[in-house]
Parts: sequence; structure tokens; C-alpha cells
Amino acid sequence: MADVAFQQNRIARATSTRRGSSLRYALKRKSTAAFLMTLPLILLIAILVVYPAFYSLHLATLNKSMQKFVGLGNFQFLFRRETFWLVVKQSCIFAITAVIFKALIGFIVAHFVHNIPAKGQRKWRGMLLVPWVIPPAMSTLAWLWLFDPSYSAFNYTLSLFGIGPIPWLGEAGWARFSVILVNIWYGAPFFMIMYLAALKSVPDQLYEAAAIDGANWWQRIWYVTLPMMRNIIAITTLFSLIVTFANFDIVRILTNGGPLDRTHLFATWAFRVGIEGSDIPLGASVSLFMFPILAIAAIFILRDISKRGNEA
Amino acid sequence: MAEVNLRKVVKRYEDVEAVRGIDLDIADEEFVVLVGPSGCGKSTTLRMIAGLEDITDGDIMIGGDVVNDVPPKDRDIAMVFQNYALYPHMTVEENMSFGLRLKHYPKSEIKARVTEAARLLDITDLIDRKPKQLSGGQRQRVAMGRAIVRNPKVFLFDEPLSNLDAKLRVQMRIEIKKVHQKVRTTTVYVTHDQVEAMTLADRVVVMNKGRIEQMGTPNELYHNPATRFVAGFIGSPAMNFVPCRLEELDGKLNVRLTDRLAFPVPGQRAVRYHNIPRNEPLLMGIRPEHITEARPHDEPGVEAFDTVLDVTEPMGMETLVYFTLEGAQICGRVNPNWGARDGAPMRLAVDLNNMHLLNEASGVVLGRP
Amino acid sequence: MSTLAIDKSGPTRKVKYGSMRRSRAWALRWSYFFLIVFAIFSLTPPFYMLITSLKSSAEISAATNPWWVFHPTLSNYIELLGSNQYIRFFLNSAMVSVVVVIITMLISIPAAFALARMKFWGSAMLATGVFLTYLIPDSLLFLPLFKMFSFFSDWTGIPLVNHWYVLLLVYPTLTVPFCTWIMIGYFASIPKELDEAAIIDGASWLQTLTRIFIPVALPGLIAATIFAFTVSWAQFLYPLVFTTSTDQLVLPVGIVTTLIKGDVFNWGQIMTGALLGAAPPLIIYAFLMDYYIAGLTAGATKG
Repeated sequence: MADVAFQQNRIARATSTRRGSSLRYALKRKSTAAFLMTLPLILLIAILVVYPAFYSLHLATLNKSMQKFVGLGNFQFLFRRETFWLVVKQSCIFAITAVIFKALIGFIVAHFVHNIPAKGQRKWRGMLLVPWVIPPAMSTLAWLWLFDPSYSAFNYTLSLFGIGPIPWLGEAGWARFSVILVNIWYGAPFFMIMYLAALKSVPDQLYEAAAIDGANWWQRIWYVTLPMMRNIIAITTLFSLIVTFANFDIVRILTNGGPLDRTHLFATWAFRVGIEGSDIPLGASVSLFMFPILAIAAIFILRDISKRGNEA
Repeated sequence: MAEVNLRKVVKRYEDVEAVRGIDLDIADEEFVVLVGPSGCGKSTTLRMIAGLEDITDGDIMIGGDVVNDVPPKDRDIAMVFQNYALYPHMTVEENMSFGLRLKHYPKSEIKARVTEAARLLDITDLIDRKPKQLSGGQRQRVAMGRAIVRNPKVFLFDEPLSNLDAKLRVQMRIEIKKVHQKVRTTTVYVTHDQVEAMTLADRVVVMNKGRIEQMGTPNELYHNPATRFVAGFIGSPAMNFVPCRLEELDGKLNVRLTDRLAFPVPGQRAVRYHNIPRNEPLLMGIRPEHITEARPHDEPGVEAFDTVLDVTEPMGMETLVYFTLEGAQICGRVNPNWGARDGAPMRLAVDLNNMHLLNEASGVVLGRP
Repeated sequence: MSTLAIDKSGPTRKVKYGSMRRSRAWALRWSYFFLIVFAIFSLTPPFYMLITSLKSSAEISAATNPWWVFHPTLSNYIELLGSNQYIRFFLNSAMVSVVVVIITMLISIPAAFALARMKFWGSAMLATGVFLTYLIPDSLLFLPLFKMFSFFSDWTGIPLVNHWYVLLLVYPTLTVPFCTWIMIGYFASIPKELDEAAIIDGASWLQTLTRIFIPVALPGLIAATIFAFTVSWAQFLYPLVFTTSTDQLVLPVGIVTTLIKGDVFNWGQIMTGALLGAAPPLIIYAFLMDYYIAGLTAGATKG
């Protein structure tokens, strides 16, 4: 009994002093700790991504020696240059054509891989992803060699059928074709692997139900597969659009913009003007034109992500 | 060895009050089960005892010490989670000893405790396996083992059996009870399953909408519920509720269910109900086992009546019969050999010695002793 | 084409017994046919790299069938691996990639843990921001970064441009956002009860991270590591802009700028160098394909 009384006394005492709230203090500390843990990330993004992005806006308003503010002068200059409009046109053709073909080929190949017995899939998937794994700078060198004006292995093969020789990189039309071809070769496996992952996530019962409802192969793709994969297709396509639009390696190594600037993209031309031509403000102005397409794609991707977040 | 006390404990999330002032005293070595529907605040209460949620207001004491602001690791408790929460990358032994290793116990002691707990739970053979290689029941045992090796003041169980299939659940229920009998640690156990609550608990605490509806031994709750909620929640099939009113005829108390159906209230109950106003709408609560087949010589207070069955459900040892009374579906339990058939007339008997009268609006059981 | 094959089993047609199995076999044959075509398309360049690397200069310029080696030789390999310059490129690449992986993990694991588990003011916004950063391509930032680094060198006297270690500064901008993003996904998929169990077991936040989260999310960690390594290894634009002296170059830039001398293309050596440069990612891929693919698809499916 005395024990109980003592305890109640202690309880009372504890009650009066308890709102020291060390737990709440700890919580506060927890959010401080969380902030500290993310601080390196925040600094990295702020200093090396966000700041340069705005800095390039500033750069674009300076003259070549970077001592005078010229406002929109660089842009006015660009708009008057034929090469600039050539680059705009080529970037759009390059990105759109390449993405469409990457998406189509990726989708088709993913289907074929999905079609074959499961135990062989790994092997095929492994082979088909190789182009994505090789650093593009290295594999583009191989393509450059395959396209070589005098020793092209393609032209050798075609000559056996009496065709050619084709000026793969020597003539504007063919050069554009080659650059797009290499980009498709490099990027299609990425689509393939994304689609394959999405295909695997479609429950088999849906196909079985569709088959019982009398849907044929094509109807199953149209009414079951595509709707189920819409999200992944959209996000992969947008993502690839950004990357393809900003592509540098392939054109730089394959044609370096030639012949006669007919394959330049924003990135390669910005490099040519900014680094090789030492006109950094003008180069920055050129690369800024990648921004709108990037922003639009990013908005769509974000919308998709937040939509999925709400569903979860 | 410790008691757990809750004093006016409140938990408020931004705009909802999940727990609305709970007072609860759990004695040393007692096995208390918090039971209620989902969202009743039982899990939140348990998590506040564990220290995983901070409390908005009130006090929680473990072993007489206020632990409101004590972090979980210093509360000397152990918890078993619904999905076991075993560390997937550790073996059974490592899972069980993780807490002790963090506290830098000597190796020999850890070894001894793990061996002892493994023996107690019959998982000695599994000690080197990873959780992935275990069945549901074995994982459950390991989760309990992890709690036991800590030798804590209090065990906390958060719906530990709800991921198991029905058969295993019964088996593990018995297992948990055995373990408690051996280690006799104060235990707070949360479940939504009233059968689990009844079978395991020394004392059951029925919670609803963040409040304690009633607490007591399983039998108290079953035979003497305080509210319609408890009466309906405990017991399966659930208690029947029929609209009724009390009548006084020639000095005798009757309970009238329909225009044609009224029963005399047996003497013992009539005494309880003498204060209740007559001719007011009430609810009669009667458990299915108190509606059975009518026999020629029934005891006093058991009244026969005729009805037509809607549906029958043969359960083997008994048959559940359903019929309609005043729009309410009533369930009774009859002898399987009595010939109850779907749609057939049947003479049933209701045992009014076990009836309850409830206020229709408030759901409070009237005239409780 | 394969539509046609499968349509034979259509319900409108009076089908003979067993035609379903036959049409399935045809669908399979078509699948294999197209897979072989695509596999040839995919593997031609690396195969041609290998072929050329085994040829002598004489055979390369001879008018024989380019798709075959008639006199295989390892002279290209011997010459290249004996050249200090190429070894230098290789070591630079290896050093940069490994250090970048370490930096990336040190930044992104704690950040992902905080973003996945400790909600704090602005944490949701930061997670989105991390993903957005991942979308910003290198070709948008190389000019301002170049200018920033030369200003920095002028101010502090610490030379950055034309030193390999400048790459340690810029590569994390490519690797950290994505690694953080996929680690958030992996951490978030760990059930909350697991950290609660760890808290009750007496683990601190740091112990929960190191002893529970990192081991449990190890597959994700491996995927992120592979990603960071391959991205660093393959990066071409930044080293091309920021480094010029031959002793500071990493492999991709080194091969392109030094082995291609004016109009003289020593194709045997270029292909050998490219193949050896492609080897580390290919070897990693060969052994850890599942992790590689998990990392690749995580960005879209874990979001």
C-alpha cells in the first residue's frame, strides 16, 4: 500500500515536470539531421546545376569578349544566320525521327522477346541491350569505321549486290540518315528494356480474359497492352526526347556537324561556337534553345509522376 | 515485471482525434487485449505505449515511471508486428540478437538467451535460416523470439496473427498463451478479432471511436455487455437486436416484440427492469444460442413461438437458422437433428433469462447489475 | 506478318484440329526470325570492332572481305597496352569513375534516406527537384560551367580547367540525381515496421541506416553504383570541354583526340582502344545484368 502511495506521488511529480518535451526536441533534431543529410545534395544541385543554368541566361546577354551587355543581341544575330535555322531544323528532324523509330523498334522487339519461351528471354535481352551498354563515344567510332569513305564494310557488302558506293557521311541526306541510324541503334534497346519491364507487369489474366472475349493478337495489343503501358510509353518517350534533343557524342564523332553544317545539332553547334570558336556567350545562347523543349517534356513527366503518386 | 498505466491519454493528428482520453491500468503479468474495429484507436494506443507515436496529452507509465518523453529503446519494451518486421538480411539468430548486440551484451549471454528463447518457441533448428526461408508461422515464432530474448518489462503485440491462415492462427494463439504462461511478462495485445481477444485475454478492452467502451474479463463482456456496440462486437454470430417495448399486464411485466408476439419477463429480470418506463420503444438483445428449438418441457423463462425460417446454415454440431421479426433478421442455433429446413415453419424457443434491454437511441444496456 | 500467322486460329474460320498449336509455332518462328535480325543489327558494330582490332594495318587496307580476319594478330593490343599514353587514359578513367562512384554514394544515400523516411519542410519538393535535375542534359550546362571554372581559377589560383579532378566536380551532377532518385524508391519500399522494430531494438538513426537500410536495399545500391560507374566511364562532352592536355584525358576523349591524327586513321588501334574502353561496362553488364537492368528501369517504374 505504501508502495502504491509512493508511486502515485511520483506520478504526480512527473506529471508536473513532464512537458520538458525532449521527444519533441528530438523530433526537431531529427528534421535538422534530415536537412544535414540532404545538404550535400542541395549544395551540389544549387552550385553545379541551378546556378550554371541561370548563369547561362546571363552569359547569353554578353558580347563575345564578355565585357559588354548586349541584351538580346546574340539572339538577333542568331536569327539572321542561316546556319542557326539549319540547326533548329536538323535538331527537330533528328530528335523526332530518332525517337519515333526508337520507340517503334523498341516496342516491336520487346514484343518478340516477350513472345518466346521465358527461359530464352534472358539471353536475347542480354544481347539486344549491348548497344546501350557500350559507351556511345566508343561505339560511334565503330560506326565511323563502318561508314569509312574508302573502306566501308557496308559498301563492300552492298557492292556484292551491285549497289553503291553510298556516301554515308559525305552527302547531307545520307549523313543525316547515318546519324539518326546510329542514334536509333544506340537508343532502341533502352525502349526495349522499358517496354519489356512494362509488359511483364501486365497480369496474364487480362490477356486470358481478352482471349476468352474473342480478341485476336492485334486487338489484345490495342485494347490491353497499349492502355496498360501508356504511362511507361509516355515517360520513356519524353525522357528519350530530352536526351536525343541534347545529343552530342554521336554527331560530334561521326560528322562533327558536316558536311557543310548539315548535321549540326544544338549541342554540337554550341560546342563549335562556344568552345572551338571561343564565343561563349553565343554558344550559351544556342544551347538555351534546348530549354523550351526540355521544359515542356519535364512538365509532362512531372504531371505523370504526380498523377501516379496520387494513385498510390 | 511491470504494470502499465494510461492516464487520460489523447492522440490528435492534425484534425482528427484518434484516441480521446483513455484511462487504463494494466497489472503486472496481466495479458490485456485491446480489441475493436479498424480505426478505433487501438493500434495508436499500442504505438503510444511503445513510444513510436508521441502522445498529445495525458501520461503513460511503465513500471510506475512516466515514459511520455522516453524514446522507445529506453522503455524496456518489445514489440511483435503484424508483418513480423524481421530483418530480411539477417539469420534468425541475428534477428533475435540484434537488440542485445546493439546494447553490447556479452556474447555468451546473448548466446544463452537466444538458445533459451529458441528452445521455448521450438525454432532451434531454424536458427541459421533467413526469414525468406521460413513459413508464416515460423516467422511469427521468430518475431516472438526476438521479443523474448530482450526480457522486457512489457510485450506489445500489434495484430500479430492477422497475416496467418485460419488454422495456423488458432495454433499460434495457443502458442502465445503458452509463452505468456511461461514468461509471465505484462502483455498488451491488439487485435480486431474478437475470438482472439476472448481466448487470449485476462482482460479485454473494447475500444470504439477512440474511446474505451468497456473492459472486463472475457466472460463479463460476453454475458454482461454495457453497450450495444460491445454486445454486437463480442460473440459470433452476433447478438440479435429486435425493437420491443415493455408492458404491464395484470401486474406482470411483458416484453412485446410485435402485435401478436409478447413474452412474459422472468422474475429475476423483471426485478432489474422495474425502473424502466413502460410502453417506450426499446431494443431487446438476445444471443443466437438463446434462440433454440422448442422442447416439450422447457425451463421457466423459456418461451416458445412459431416462425417460418428464411435460411438455414448447417454447421455440423448445430444449425444456424435465420428468420425475420419486425423487419430485423434474427439468428438462432438449433439442434441439427431437429429438421430445420429453408422456408419451412418451425417452433422455436427463446430463453428470456438471458435477454438484454437496450435504450434504442443511446445503445446503453439498461438495468445492468 | 505474325498477325497473319495467328489469325488462322480466329474463331470465324473453320479450323482444323491442331491449327492453334501450328499457328503458335509459326508465331514463335517469326519472333525468332526478327530477333535474329535485330540481334545482328545490335551486334554488328561491336563485332566489327573485334574483327578490326585483330587485323594488321596491311590487312585493313587490303581489298579483302572486311567482315573476316584472315591473319589474326594481337599486335594492336600489344602496342596499345604497351603505350604509356593509353594506360594513362585508362587509369584516369578508372580513377575518375571510382571516385565519382564513392562521392555519389556518399551524397545520395544519406539524402535518399532522409527524403524517404524523415519528412521535413520541403522534402517532397526537394525529391521532385532531384528528379528534374536528372533531366537537365550536359549539353545545356557545359558552357556556363566552363566559364565558372575559369573564373574560379582566376579568383583562387586553384587551377580547375584542364585537370582531371575537375571531372570529380561535374560528374556527380549527372550521377547523384538519378542515384538519389532510385535509392529513394528502394528505401521507400522497405516496410516502415522494419525501422520501428529497429528503433525498439535500440538502434539510432545512423544504425538503422547502416545496419538495416543499406543491407536491405543492397540490390538498389548495386544498381545505383553500376549506373554511376557506367555514366562516369562513358561521359564524353565534359572531359572534351574541361581537359585538353594528353596526360589529363580520360579514355573516350583520349581515343578520339589522340588516335585520330589528322587524316591518318589507324583503325586497328582505334578499334582496339574503343573495344578495351568498352570492356569495363560490358564486363560489369555481363556479370550483373539483372542489377544493371533494375537500375535502368527503376527510374520510370519506381517513380
